[in-house]
Amino acid sequence: MKIGVLALQGAVAEHIRSLEAAGAEAVAIKWPQQLEDVQGLVIPGGESTTIGKLMRKYDFIKAIQQFSEQGKPIFGTCAGLIVLATQIEGNQGPEEPHLALMDMKVRRNAFGRQRESFEADLSVKGIHEPIRAVFIRAPLIDQVGSHVDVICETNGEMVTARQGHLLACSFHPELTDDIRLHQYFVDMVRESMQQQG
Amino acid sequence: METGTARVKRGMAEMQKGGVIMDVMNAEQAKVAEAAGATAVMALERVPSDIRAAGGVARMADPTIVEEVMKVVSIPVMAKARIGHFVEAKVLESLGVDYLDESEVLTPADEVFHIDKHDFTVPFVCGAKDLGEALRRIGEGAAMLRTKGEPGTGNIVEAVRHMRLINSQIRKVQNLSKDELYAEAKNLGVSYELLLNVHQHGKLPVVNFAAGGIATPADAALMMHLGADGVFVGSGIFKSDNPEKFARAIVEATTHYTDYKLIAEVSKNLGTPMKGIEISKLAPSERMSDRGW
Repeated sequence: MKIGVLALQGAVAEHIRSLEAAGAEAVAIKWPQQLEDVQGLVIPGGESTTIGKLMRKYDFIKAIQQFSEQGKPIFGTCAGLIVLATQIEGNQGPEEPHLALMDMKVRRNAFGRQRESFEADLSVKGIHEPIRAVFIRAPLIDQVGSHVDVICETNGEMVTARQGHLLACSFHPELTDDIRLHQYFVDMVRESMQQQG
Repeated sequence: METGTARVKRGMAEMQKGGVIMDVMNAEQAKVAEAAGATAVMALERVPSDIRAAGGVARMADPTIVEEVMKVVSIPVMAKARIGHFVEAKVLESLGVDYLDESEVLTPADEVFHIDKHDFTVPFVCGAKDLGEALRRIGEGAAMLRTKGEPGTGNIVEAVRHMRLINSQIRKVQNLSKDELYAEAKNLGVSYELLLNVHQHGKLPVVNFAAGGIATPADAALMMHLGADGVFVGSGIFKSDNPEKFARAIVEATTHYTDYKLIAEVSKNLGTPMKGIEISKLAPSERMSDRGW
């Protein structure tokens, strides 16, 4: 199993390390053609405006949408969650939304500025013990469509969601040594490979 | 729920990796930088080359400028405080700035003590020209480093020197035996624990960007090749003929720093980059990289 990490900007190496620790082969994706060689894709944390712009510049939008149409799993963290959403709250730029794959409305920098960034222990549906979640100028999910399953909340706010083969969280599992959320995604990729035979 | 932890501070810098942080002097420039794909902006009253030209004492920017910039962009906003001037730093933190730069570009306020950066919720980036400086700043709480380079010169030579030196010192520390680390910690003037961490991991425990003298897309790509996690561009962008195009070109060259055809493409017709200064023509008192210890 090979999983790609979109490597336009952001915490790429950390995701590769976590995916490898979860038993997958991981590779940095710099060009859309490389998507043909991977069965799953991680869109990492970074700056969503920068990643969004570079995705457009190098024709990643269509390519990733097609990747998703084939039922191949995608996992977005922080900026990756913003990039996956169908709607971005507030001053939505002219080039937004980006991939518009997950039926949810998200709010960037929802907790405030960097001084409000925090870490906390959170329970995730499908994972036994709480995980340490690191929120950095993090976005929140304000609304979700009926077929989106919210699997983690903090103080009543939605921070992790799954829509079939798509997974998104507003924190950074790649910044800790806890690989259980990556393991969860690797399992999603394995299931999708089995389904596709 | 904990704020201001080392993980939250260092993690913020991790999210900047592979990106370009641009100096801006007003809201208009901040918008140009964001539209070009900057991962953060550094709000300043004057860019380093203007500080050089103006002479005199360079201080923290007027809070109006910082606030204006914060209002118009959604990317993080950084600002500079003078070395040792913890009140400037507290003032900037109170404005809600996302990252503080304790910077040698401004005139130092203290020639002995740097700011105790553990005492802040907001993370700090600091300049370093060798491993000793780098680890001393981390010891004081810096969550991100950058080369000092020689700011405002448009000359990459000092940034290259600093990045290469830090890398070779790290390799040396990796090859020392554990019992030799105590003496090396004394030589470098750093804590044994931090040096042990470098010995074990073969890298700095925080993100390290290139800064000081980056003037072209190829300069940015060169620094990425030398192991920089990303780049700061100061005077280079808004002192060039076509800042918008220039900023986009630097962003692309940083992302695809091994793709020379692409760098050639984005380097076409960029106009004149900033003029630049030969380092040997600078009087010792004009060298910003010698500020701090």
